[in-house]
Order: sequence, then structure tokens, then C-alpha cells
Amino acid sequence: MIPEPAIDRLAAMFRTPDLTGTRYEIISTLGRGGMGIVYLARDTALDREVALKIFDRPPGDSNEARIIARLEHPGIVPVHDFGELPDGRLFYAMKRVRGDRLDRWMAAGPSTGLRAGRDLTDRLAVFLRVCETVAFAHAHGVVHRDLKPENVMVGEFGEVLVLDWGVAAADIADCGLGNADSNSQTIVGTPQYMAPEQERGDAAIDQRADVFALGAMLAGIARGVAPVAAIARKAQSADAGQRYQSVPALAADVNRYLAGRAVEAHREPLFARVARVARRNRLAILLVLTYLIVRVVLIFLFRV
Amino acid sequence: MAAFPATRHSIVAAIRSDRAEVRRSAFDALVTAYWKPVFKYVRLKWRASPDDAADLTQGFFLRAFEKDFFASFDPARARFRTYLRTCLDGFVANARQADARLKRGGGVALVPLDFDEAERELAHQAGNAIADFDAYFHREWLRGLFAAAAARLRDDCAARGRRDRYPLFEAYDLAGDDRPRPTYAELARRHGLTTIDVTNELAAARREFRRFVVEALRQQCASDEEFESELRGLTG
Repeated sequence: MIPEPAIDRLAAMFRTPDLTGTRYEIISTLGRGGMGIVYLARDTALDREVALKIFDRPPGDSNEARIIARLEHPGIVPVHDFGELPDGRLFYAMKRVRGDRLDRWMAAGPSTGLRAGRDLTDRLAVFLRVCETVAFAHAHGVVHRDLKPENVMVGEFGEVLVLDWGVAAADIADCGLGNADSNSQTIVGTPQYMAPEQERGDAAIDQRADVFALGAMLAGIARGVAPVAAIARKAQSADAGQRYQSVPALAADVNRYLAGRAVEAHREPLFARVARVARRNRLAILLVLTYLIVRVVLIFLFRV
Repeated sequence: MAAFPATRHSIVAAIRSDRAEVRRSAFDALVTAYWKPVFKYVRLKWRASPDDAADLTQGFFLRAFEKDFFASFDPARARFRTYLRTCLDGFVANARQADARLKRGGGVALVPLDFDEAERELAHQAGNAIADFDAYFHREWLRGLFAAAAARLRDDCAARGRRDRYPLFEAYDLAGDDRPRPTYAELARRHGLTTIDVTNELAAARREFRRFVVEALRQQCASDEEFESELRGLTG
């Protein structure tokens, strides 16, 4: 019979990874991501803290490190190292990012390089940075498939990082992207942010699944602002053909809103359009009005 | 251990197979994995005597096989382990109500079950008050899962001529609290190895042990979702 202390020891063996033969020591658990647990660890060779992601499954079941390694972008945490633990699980070490998850950052959170207060402009600025990163990944043939505020980190110095590429799929152009995990055939993603075609387990999905998830994130950011809410709705169209066809197209509409121009997704009432144009051209309108007033005054004076 | 084909298919799913030999093989594997937790659970929760608990355990599995209890399991609704325990409670309650000894049924034979060994284990565990029978059943299932993986590791090491690996694993990782756990240096002395050898052998043994546990877990789960959930339960 396996004695009591051994059961606890063996169960702990599953919980605490054996890092024998690696240069890392576990400090604490940072959280669970897609496919594995992320630990705060010390890199004993370089005496620095790193985030160490250890996969639940034996080798062969994850391509996350390889996907991230091919994506060199300021919005994606760089991978430092990749290897196999004595128990056969794969791990990779990445830069430790200090900051807040986007959902917490939006709720409150400490001040960051971006102005605290989380007004709509700040939120949209972060959202656009997420869009830039995701568009970059798409351009390199990678669909994230699990975008949500919990997978975005706003760093101490205002950096915006997209995390958890554990369920990402590569090679948009090369092959049909099954949104089912290639080994287990389970549906991956998070329901609230999952495009209908992804939820159905369609054999082929593309970057428009990420457009849907970004739309769901934007809906949480919009806070009843009609044009932004309309952009979010369009991005979340059930029919992928009705969505923005790419992330840059989505970002362009958000930028149009920020610049005070009409957005594609929203047909505004006449009064709102006049008010927006007036806001956008406030200075010019003021100058014209001032000129007209001065002219009227001068005409009046010369008549007298 | 019942010889279930070493595939990644679920034994719970195989129980629904159209092929009788697949169904039978899966059932034997399932009995092997669960009979001891079932026996101990019946002994302690239902306060059955050793003989009654043995009869109830055998009767439960025989009835389950005859009536296809497990074929109606829906993985979307519960874990298989929870479903099995619910069936077991219903079965024992009915058997008690009927107040009749169970018939050994229909010419169906179970894999050999060593109730004496289970009884010795229970005696060893005596004195531990059980407040939560759900947790107890889970722990006994976990004990069985680890025991099966350890047995596979022992057999695998023997087959591959890894003379020291399993004894080192047994002495260090399977040690109880009846004596102080040896250090790596002590193990190295006992086995005529270096400490580095002990470290490497133990690391390899743990890697294999983990693989066997994960394989057994996958076999015992009815769906990938249940497997992921069980694995997360283990990995925290």
C-alpha cells in the first residue's frame, strides 16, 4: 500500500515541478494559463527573475514557445529559454512582466506609465496597442484564439503585452486552422470571447476569430459610447463575413473615432454629426465666428 | 492489473463498445482501478463487515456489468468517479433494504480481488476519523492510481534492466513515516552509486512514474474535458 505521506509527496510532485538539471528555482505561482501553470522563478545563472511556464502535458502537445519565438514584437513577451523538465514536461522561460492584467487595470489598479483614471481615451489607446500586436501576429501567420482582458498585461511603464499564446494556431495561409486542439480535439478559447465558428469547432477559422474576440473586449471598453459600441458590434457579427475582415480595419475605425471622424460601423443622427463636426473643427469655427463678429462690429461702427 | 490495451482510449468509453471482448477488457480494467476504493468505502461508510463489504463490492461490479450501469454515464454531468460512487450508494442502499445477500450473477467472473489485502490496508489506516467520505473515496482512488503507476514502473524497470531505479524510487519517494527518509547520500552508499547517479535515477523514475499516472488517468476518464480537469486537480 502507498503510505499516507507518500500520497501527499507524489501529489506534490505533480503540483511542484522538479527543476533538477535546469537553472531555475521556483519562487511562487503567478497563475494558470492555457495548457499550463506560470511560475515566478529565479534564473540562477543570470540571477534574475523570470516567468516560467510549465505545460501540463508531456512533450509534443504544445507549440507555444515556438510560436512566440517567431514573433518578435514589443507587445509579445520574449522567450529566453525552452527545455524539458526531468518529469518530461516542457517549459519555457520568458521575461517577467510587472503590471496589471487589463481587466484589473480597467477596474482600478495602480498608476502606470499611461495616465491613471482609465478614461475612454486611455482604454482605447491600450486597445489599439493590443490590435497592433495581434495584427503583427496575423501578418506572421498566427491566430491567438484566446484573446480576452485577462490575457493582456499593462506594464509598469505603460507597455502593453498580449500573453498566453498557449492555444494559438500558426500558419493562417498554409492550412485550415482547426480551432480544436490538434491533439485532444477539444474546443479551445473562452466562451464570452469566442467567435461562433470557433465555438462550433469549424474545421477552418482565420484571423476574423481574433477580430470577434477584440470586438468583445471593445464592448467592455465602450461604456455606452454609441460609435465605439457600434464598432464592437460589427466586430462581433455572428457571420464572419460581416465583421471587419482584419484587425487593422477594426483599429482604423477606432482611430477614426478618436480623431473625431465618422466611423464605418455607425450611422449617426444629424444632430450628433453636426456636434461631432463642430467639436472636431472647434478652432476653425471659432476663428470664422470671431471674424464674422468683428466684421459686423466694424460695419456697425462705420455706419455710425 | 487487468491487461487493458495500452492505448490512450478511455476505458469508460470502451465500456460502451459493440465488441464484447473490448467491453469486457475495459470492465476488468475499471474494476482493477476502483475495487479497492469501493471496498473500503463500503466498509467504512456503510459500516459493512469484511465479508459483507466483499460481497457488496463484487455484487456491485457484477450488477454494473450485467445491467450496463456505466453505459448511461454522461461525462457532461459529472466526473466518472462521482457517478460511480452515486451508483454504489444506490446499490448498497437497495441491497440493505432488500436485506438479502447478493447473488453472484449470471456466470460472470470478476478479475481476482484480494480482499484480505484491502482489509490489511484498512487495519493499517484504522484510527483516522473520516469526516468527508467523498474526500476519502477520492484519496483511496488516488492511492490506487499511484499504486498502479508504481507497479508499472517496477515492471518496466525490471524489463529494461534498470536494477537500481525502482528500489531508489521506493526507498525515497514511496517512503512512509515509520522511519526517517534516507538522504540521497545514504541511498548512494547503499546502492554503491554516486549522489549524482541517485539524482539522475530518481529524476528518471519520477518522469516515468508521471507518464504512467497520466496514461492511467487518461484511460479512466470518459472525456478530454474530464481528463484535463483531473490532471489539473493533480497539478494544482
